[in-house]
Amino acid sequence: MRFLFDRNVWQEIFGSIGKNKTRTIITVIGVLWGIFIYIALSGAAKGLDNGFDKAFKTVAMNSMFVWAQSSSIPYDGFKTGRQLQLKLGDVETLKNRVPEIQYIAPRITQGQFGSEPVYTVKGQKSGSYTLNGDYPIYTKISTKQIFDGGRFINQEDIDQARKVIVIGERVQQELFKKDENPVGQYIRVGDIYFQVIGIHKLAQGVSFDSDSAMFIPFSTYRKLYNTGDDVGYLCIAAFDDVDVIQVEKDVKSILKGIHRVSPDDERAFGSFNLGEAFGKVMGFADGLTFMSLIVGIATILAGVIGIGNILLISVKERTKELGVRRALGATPAEVRNQIVLESVFLTVLAGIIGIILGAGLLALINKFTQDTDFPYTNPTVPIPYVFGALIIMVVLGTLIGLIPAQRAVSIKPIDALREE
Amino acid sequence: MIEIKDLHKSYKMGNNKLHVLKGLNFSIAEGELVAIMGSSGSGKSTLLNILGMLDELDEGSYTLDGVPIKNLNETKAAQYRNKFLGFVFQSFNLINYKSAMENVALPLYYQKVPRKEREEKALKYLGQVGLKEWADHLPNELSGGQKQRVAIARAMAAEPKVLLADEPTGALDSKTSYEVMDLIQKINDNGNTILVVTHEEDIAHMCKRIVHLKDGVIVEDKMVEQVRAEQYV
Ligand SMILES: Nc1ncnc2c1ncn2[C@@H]1O[C@H](COP(=O)(O)OP(=O)(O)OP(=O)(O)O)[C@@H](O)[C@H]1O
Ligand SMILES: [Mg+2]
Repeated sequence: MRFLFDRNVWQEIFGSIGKNKTRTIITVIGVLWGIFIYIALSGAAKGLDNGFDKAFKTVAMNSMFVWAQSSSIPYDGFKTGRQLQLKLGDVETLKNRVPEIQYIAPRITQGQFGSEPVYTVKGQKSGSYTLNGDYPIYTKISTKQIFDGGRFINQEDIDQARKVIVIGERVQQELFKKDENPVGQYIRVGDIYFQVIGIHKLAQGVSFDSDSAMFIPFSTYRKLYNTGDDVGYLCIAAFDDVDVIQVEKDVKSILKGIHRVSPDDERAFGSFNLGEAFGKVMGFADGLTFMSLIVGIATILAGVIGIGNILLISVKERTKELGVRRALGATPAEVRNQIVLESVFLTVLAGIIGIILGAGLLALINKFTQDTDFPYTNPTVPIPYVFGALIIMVVLGTLIGLIPAQRAVSIKPIDALREE
Repeated sequence: MIEIKDLHKSYKMGNNKLHVLKGLNFSIAEGELVAIMGSSGSGKSTLLNILGMLDELDEGSYTLDGVPIKNLNETKAAQYRNKFLGFVFQSFNLINYKSAMENVALPLYYQKVPRKEREEKALKYLGQVGLKEWADHLPNELSGGQKQRVAIARAMAAEPKVLLADEPTGALDSKTSYEVMDLIQKINDNGNTILVVTHEEDIAHMCKRIVHLKDGVIVEDKMVEQVRAEQYV
């Protein structure tokens, strides 16, 4: 292995590589293209992956929403088209009967799904916003970032049905002056004054709530609006490793039992299963990563085989030269090493240029998607992948170089010299 | 320096065997300048290749500087060639992408001589063949005679015990041939052992001894009065 660090060896290699520049360039391009594709594709896949991850970071991946609609099949003496209503009692029942549920948060809301937003006033300014009655547990399902100095609704707020409110960023901008701290101040929601306890910062990526939403304790909401035990919709998070689709089915079938709806009534309860959607998206990203790996490796392989081919031709062309070298005292090992090193050098050179170009492309894409909603973040290829690719190139370059090298030394020097 | 006894060599061609060398005996002392003559196909190159360890003998023995040359593997043969022998070919066999100097330095590379020293030596030998100013030129920028002088410098650079030249003047006109022979004579004057294959009578007489091959045997082996090539250049 000492010959690897011998400057003379490298001078010989550069000499013979530099001799035919076109051949060298064409050889290099094959592998370069392969590694370029590999880096660009897997980096892009990684970028999408990161992007999706980031987009979903703020919400529990295994979560779903369930709401009541109206029955579509007559059942148990009821006619079809009966309007259904989720109740607070459903929460306990579901928690008890579906052990896969980690968190369940009932919510009641005004200003979403077609209902009037709530008219809100602060001094001279006013606006109309969505109003949610929430439990603190809601933050377990959808992270609520609250600006410094504020907080989200807590259990005491619920217990005492306090008139406290968390407002969204836009609400703050529209109702308060720029340098004014809303926390501790009062705003009028409908006819009632609430004290602001926090400002909700809109999360990047997927968010269940907009920046014009406001949150008050569930207990306060039901008292003010006289909604009794009514629940607008349920936010449910299942444990990480359970089948969310099954949980969704279980939840719905239990609800059908409680509300006396036909088990076959598919339209009585609506739901949106985020876990399922997320699974599909992640599956897509995984598939992309896998595909880029396959395509990349296949292209690299093709490129390396191309190098082997061209070296084989070049060894044939250089039969006489190699014969002269051997007449002058080159041992078979020296001839073999030279050709293998040429192969490895070309492969690695191509690999490095390919990696640089690929990384450049990724950086460029990253630059253009930085401030967009496109789920694309930090499209880097992990360093181990890059090194892995380089090691694969060295190994493949060696293996493929051995073929022409072996051919070069299999000819007796006397026959090599006789070649015209 | 060279001693061969009862040397046989035949080539297999399909089912036929072509018996080329049929029991050669001779010895060459250090400092000799020997011409090997004979008609085309008489086995001159075959003999030289065996002496050069590029080919193997079938029967008999070959001793070079007291070392029996027998059953060498390719690596050993390469090392012996590098250490003991210098080659000059009819078709020069310079490496076309290397400059004159790099060509001359090549055997030294295989002797693991460091680069600087290699280049100094190469320049020294190029100077001896009168081509110092051509050191950076590629072979295709040189005339035939110049190419052969580079090849001789290359053969000498490794400071071999024996210089083997297979028709070194075969591709040259008579004036350049004499220049090359002048060079060979001067190298021989310094005490180097040289074998020259030729079928030109005048070239042979510029050597000190002529070995005549015919149908695979030595038919004549005589000392001659050396004609100096210098007077013709
Ligand atoms: N590798 C080989 N395989 C088969 N036959 C060969 C081989 N090399 C040489 N011969 C034959 O051996 C004989 C001697 O060849 P050689 O090259 O030694 O002749 P030569 O004396 O050098 O001739 P020339 O003056 O033409 O160079 C010829 O008949 C040639 O055809
Ligand atoms: Mg011949």
